[in-house]
Amino acid sequence: MNFDLNEHLARLINDAGGKAEEVAGRPPCLRVSSTDWDLSVRVAVKADLRFLAVWASQEKTGFSIHAAFSQKEKGYALMTMQLDAGQDEFPSMVPYYVSSARMERVIHDMFGLIPVGHPDLRNWIKHEHWPDKTYPLRKDFPVATVMPRQEGFYPFIEMDGEGTHEIPVGPVHAGIIEPGHFRFIAVGERILNLEERLGYVHKGIEKSMEERDVFSASRLAARISGDATVAHSWAFCLAAEQAAGIGVPPRATILRAVLCERERIANHIGDIGAICNDVAWSFMHVQCQILRENLARLHGSLFGHRLMMDCVTPGGVTCNLDAEGIKSLLEQTQEVAREMNKLFQIYEDQTSIRERVIGSGTVDFENARDMGLLGYVGRSTECDIDARRDAAYAPYDKIPPAVKTCRGGDVSARLWIRFEEIQESANLIDKLLTEIPQGPIQEAWQIPKEGDGGFSAVESWRGEIATWIRFGANGKIDRSYVRDPSMINWMGLELAVRETVVPDFPLSNKSFNCSYSGHDL
Amino acid sequence: MRRILQKIIHKGLVTEPLKTEENQIKVLGERLNEVMRRRFQGSLAIRQVDAGSCNGCELEIHAMNNAYYDLERFGVHFVASPRHADLLLVTGPVARNMETALKMTYDAVPNPKRVVAVGDCAVCGGEFGISYASLGQVSNVIPVNVTVAGCPPSPTDIIRGILKAVQ
Repeated sequence: MNFDLNEHLARLINDAGGKAEEVAGRPPCLRVSSTDWDLSVRVAVKADLRFLAVWASQEKTGFSIHAAFSQKEKGYALMTMQLDAGQDEFPSMVPYYVSSARMERVIHDMFGLIPVGHPDLRNWIKHEHWPDKTYPLRKDFPVATVMPRQEGFYPFIEMDGEGTHEIPVGPVHAGIIEPGHFRFIAVGERILNLEERLGYVHKGIEKSMEERDVFSASRLAARISGDATVAHSWAFCLAAEQAAGIGVPPRATILRAVLCERERIANHIGDIGAICNDVAWSFMHVQCQILRENLARLHGSLFGHRLMMDCVTPGGVTCNLDAEGIKSLLEQTQEVAREMNKLFQIYEDQTSIRERVIGSGTVDFENARDMGLLGYVGRSTECDIDARRDAAYAPYDKIPPAVKTCRGGDVSARLWIRFEEIQESANLIDKLLTEIPQGPIQEAWQIPKEGDGGFSAVESWRGEIATWIRFGANGKIDRSYVRDPSMINWMGLELAVRETVVPDFPLSNKSFNCSYSGHDL
Repeated sequence: MRRILQKIIHKGLVTEPLKTEENQIKVLGERLNEVMRRRFQGSLAIRQVDAGSCNGCELEIHAMNNAYYDLERFGVHFVASPRHADLLLVTGPVARNMETALKMTYDAVPNPKRVVAVGDCAVCGGEFGISYASLGQVSNVIPVNVTVAGCPPSPTDIIRGILKAVQ
């Protein structure tokens, strides 16, 4: 992990009259006082740092607030402040970074801490039927608590102009997808506002992580979002390995990257098909589903799992590849890349399909940059963000991806980027597997010291995953935080569908394909 | 158009006969066909509900509809409303925040109805188990007829579960 930005940010804060102390622990971070927090965030936004996440943790006395920033190749910075015992307020970051809004609402729900200056403190993950004053992530709240149900009401945004009407959708949707609620305010078919209401699949992942050992916790991490299981496992393992101070054998890091790139290809192909299906082009859907199934079957035979779940574990990987395995993986990857290239040419010729995707669900560059939209959503509107390059974790420090961006920010641009990324992932797999060294694939686990932790950023197919872990006594997890890219990209969707028509919503939604489970945790 | 047709012809027919676990020759699909025709007039409507899954099971449920498994050839199809459904396919441990929605969906399915719990989480709570936010297995919330274990179960396993539920 590249933490070079710590030093840069510390200098900026000190120059601005604040006081930031660089702490060289695991992970390295900047400590600022709670009075300097607001100033430090202002400095960060002024220096054009990208905001990743804000989260809280409970200390022996009081609470801490942590935030992470990044700036392309300069890497990442972690900032932390400890609140005094009994202090339950902290300055909100929302005036500077809009995408912190929901994260601070989660802190408010889960810890009962109040972000002062936050414009909207309605409950987010904590639904209306939870009892008041339950704060699951506090240490005095047992994970197995049975909460009584109470009557409650969630105040949606209302609009009462002439001719406006509301369309509630979900949580159970019409297709085979995850649950969430959408509230449209529309005039005729035109969407004036979309309000998302998520949290339906909140399973208490962060709380369940606590008191688990690292192997049990990594199984849970693999199930944060089943479609990005490799990337989530990898992010978790990187953070845990940082805390333990162990390195991973070179062969294992290459295998991790191969699995992750294969996951990227499989999901991009599946989604390209599904997006085309949403504009009633079943030919593309059928072709893509066949390719996706071919990938899954090879994963099943080579790695013992069609989605490659639990293949990445702390210290290495569980599955090795022999020469024949490498050959079949290489051949299939190239074959699939060739097929997708042909399908892309066919796609480009379909004027009726192109007509539907060009200009629908647009996010412009300024908004995307301000929100920090991630993955293909950000890159399709010139936000040049890719954790593989920026965090430079092995093996991408030696074999960096060629990051592509484009203009447009509409469904068409998101499709184009994903076609391109399939080709790039295939190139990477080719390079990775031709350079794969012999050797072990597992490093022995060492129990980290109490209080040590780690922070990692991993580029999943959806975008950058940020994970922060701190270990407690006996190698048990004390606190684990993960920010799926969906946490930020969901906000982009609200913006993208404004002024479009309701029937185009599934198309825009599919082209974002945010995770519900990864968001709700 | 020419290229689309070329592609379709070149790809050919990939749909496979469905095999049962114990006997590779006996074809699961034929049995499914027979049951569908006899009991459901050739059409079984399924409503899928994610009650808290990680989305892994959903990927495999999607895969049942791809050209290899092509579930629709047996008359089994997914519908958008529980009111049109004969069978509920439920995944995930039941998240506390989904409890009401799951019960309402179950109630909306006309009688007689069947419920298939898909995946380890739905069968026994899986990795998430029971916590302040998770009610564990599906049968803790609504009656379940058939369970399909696996994390996630393969498309063939899920089809087998559906067959078992309607037999």
